[in-house]
Amino acid sequence: MSEGGPKPSSSVKLVLLGEAAVGKSSLVLRFVNDDFQENKEPTIGAAFLTQKCNLPNRTIKFEIWDTAGQERFASLAPMYYRNAQSALVVYDLTKASSLTKAKHWVAELQRQASPGIVIALVGNKLDLTTQSTGLEGSMGGLSLSAAANSGADGDDDEEEEDARQVTTAEAKGYAEEEGLLFYETSAKTGHNVSEVFTAIANAIPESTLKTRGGPGTGRGGAGGSSGDTFGGTGGVNLSAAGETNKDACAC
Amino acid sequence: MEEHDPVEDLKKGFDVVVMGTGLTETILSGILSVEGKRVLHIDKNPYYGGDGASLKLSQVFAKFRGETSKSTNDPKDKDWNIDLIPKFLMADGELARILRSLQQVQDNVQFQQIEGSYVYRAHSGGILGLGGHSGVIKVPSNALEAATSSLVGILEKGRLKKFLEFVANYDDKSGPMYQGKNLDKELMKTIYDQFGLETATRDFVGHAMALYSDDGYLNLPARPTFNKIRLYASSVAMYGSSPYIYPLYGLGDLPSAFTRLSAVHGGTYMLNTEVLGFEYGADKKVSGVKIKFEDPKHDGQFIDLVINTSRVVAAPEYVPEGKKKVPTGQNVIRAICVLKHPVKDAGDNSQIIIPQSQIGRKNDIYIAVLSDKHHVCPKGYFLAIVSTIAERGDNPQDELKPAFELLGAIEEKFMGNASILWEPADSVEIEDFDNIFVSKSLDASSHLESCTDDVKYLYRCMEGKDLDIDDLKKTASAE
Repeated sequence: MSEGGPKPSSSVKLVLLGEAAVGKSSLVLRFVNDDFQENKEPTIGAAFLTQKCNLPNRTIKFEIWDTAGQERFASLAPMYYRNAQSALVVYDLTKASSLTKAKHWVAELQRQASPGIVIALVGNKLDLTTQSTGLEGSMGGLSLSAAANSGADGDDDEEEEDARQVTTAEAKGYAEEEGLLFYETSAKTGHNVSEVFTAIANAIPESTLKTRGGPGTGRGGAGGSSGDTFGGTGGVNLSAAGETNKDACAC
Repeated sequence: MEEHDPVEDLKKGFDVVVMGTGLTETILSGILSVEGKRVLHIDKNPYYGGDGASLKLSQVFAKFRGETSKSTNDPKDKDWNIDLIPKFLMADGELARILRSLQQVQDNVQFQQIEGSYVYRAHSGGILGLGGHSGVIKVPSNALEAATSSLVGILEKGRLKKFLEFVANYDDKSGPMYQGKNLDKELMKTIYDQFGLETATRDFVGHAMALYSDDGYLNLPARPTFNKIRLYASSVAMYGSSPYIYPLYGLGDLPSAFTRLSAVHGGTYMLNTEVLGFEYGADKKVSGVKIKFEDPKHDGQFIDLVINTSRVVAAPEYVPEGKKKVPTGQNVIRAICVLKHPVKDAGDNSQIIIPQSQIGRKNDIYIAVLSDKHHVCPKGYFLAIVSTIAERGDNPQDELKPAFELLGAIEEKFMGNASILWEPADSVEIEDFDNIFVSKSLDASSHLESCTDDVKYLYRCMEGKDLDIDDLKKTASAE
């Protein structure tokens, strides 16, 4: 995808949800920096990160909100998902209970978030499933295409040491019922990571971007500190002089 | 890959455990986390904000009427953000200054100004200088407007202008001595006398500008009143029309935003967590807190755990009466009114003050009027939250009657018992202070200035130094 050209660009608030230690931050780190840290500490210090996603006819700038660990004891504030246009609900496919938690988050989003929110269900840690012996299983580790398109042949074969506890078919079936995008990823190898974000970007209706670019996404785009990021009249920019670049606090 | 067990992490202990997620506590935990302290923050409720939370309509029905099923399935339920304690921010006040220093909090909260501030004038009219009907009149937003306002009698305008200019030229930084007066000694009523201001004008200055809810300030030194008038003026000057700003989605978003600041800097958050008690060391100082919470790994299973800490910050509802907290003697009555129309002559987002002098009371009645412009209710609805300091124990409905009459038809009215305002009972100065620092209840005023005073006081008690907001800004942005 080529840079440049006056393609329309929009900011989109994306929130991460899912049980602790399923790899939410790692997925974002892979997407934003193309990096992975083994034994990453629980998330601190990352309010949010931003990353552009270039589509053929427009550019989506994701403002990615991390939970900052507030999911650990179910203590996320409604503020977190408010005005989110997209969400990444992550589970660990080697841990069945994490899918249960993911379903809880999906329900919460459907109740609390904006009606048109695009939700992607993501089974992470695909690298921990046995790629050599599990080929007859639901996910061939070598498959490069999105699980959403290729996982239909899953026969739920959970064999011997395979760490996988959630079959592709089970998660995919649930995602289809709820109208979610679905991918299995590995933040460690990078498998399917950018595909998830591109799919979300594509799924966001253009109409919501036009009307929601500014006021819907926190203080507007990173670095944008003009007072008109607020909707309506009477909006107040607390620090007209606040030129703090949010990209700077990304890590 | 190493598993990060959240319960194991709790067992490592904390520098500070904070109980209650009201604004005072959350600002403190935000600051302490930014400064690198290991903070655990607990709330017994399943939501943030404590007494100062903003609730959904279904939660309000449950809280005041015990109707748990009401409207929870209404898709519009999430459009309601109803403040239990309605307050505004002074645009140039201390809280706004703290917010300006903390980009990460600002990222999470958007503000809009409140369009106007109004005072009620009773029918007799004579008191305030002119005749006419009972109703609300906009408070002038500057000296010029004051000079043309019908709130001030014609002959009085010149005197008021002189007085306001005198106050405006005072600078608190240069100390109490000002033009031959010692403002720490001279009583406010003496200064009014010197400018020859009428009772009605004093009423207006003291209640609509300095925002005192009673007349006690008249017999106190003038300096704090000067500063309050100056704050009013500089706040109005920031965005025009009124001195107030208010967060979209309700006041409860402020505590939420500060918890996120804290969490981003490593703070651990546990809602829906019961405090079972405190543990003390041989030195009689707190050594831990015992809590009960739902196991994050096994839904429905609860864990009792003692968490080690050497210091606790607690909202009043987490400590026993007597040793740790005492009533201030002030009880506040509040009524949440849902309307389907804006308030006559006061628009759809405003503050209305009903001065005590106009209705034969000792304390003013405040009405905070809000609409969907601030995302606190669905379109077509309006919230009017009425509050005052209770003067009689028997009939709170009756005490608020003048306000209800102003509001017209009320769709739903929610009133609880009068809330007791608490303050800490033991001084941190005492020899065997237990290191449990108790915050004050949010006061009865219409703004949040005393909340930041409490934050600064508690910070000084805990850290032995003054809170330096500029320093905080540097630390927070260095991440």
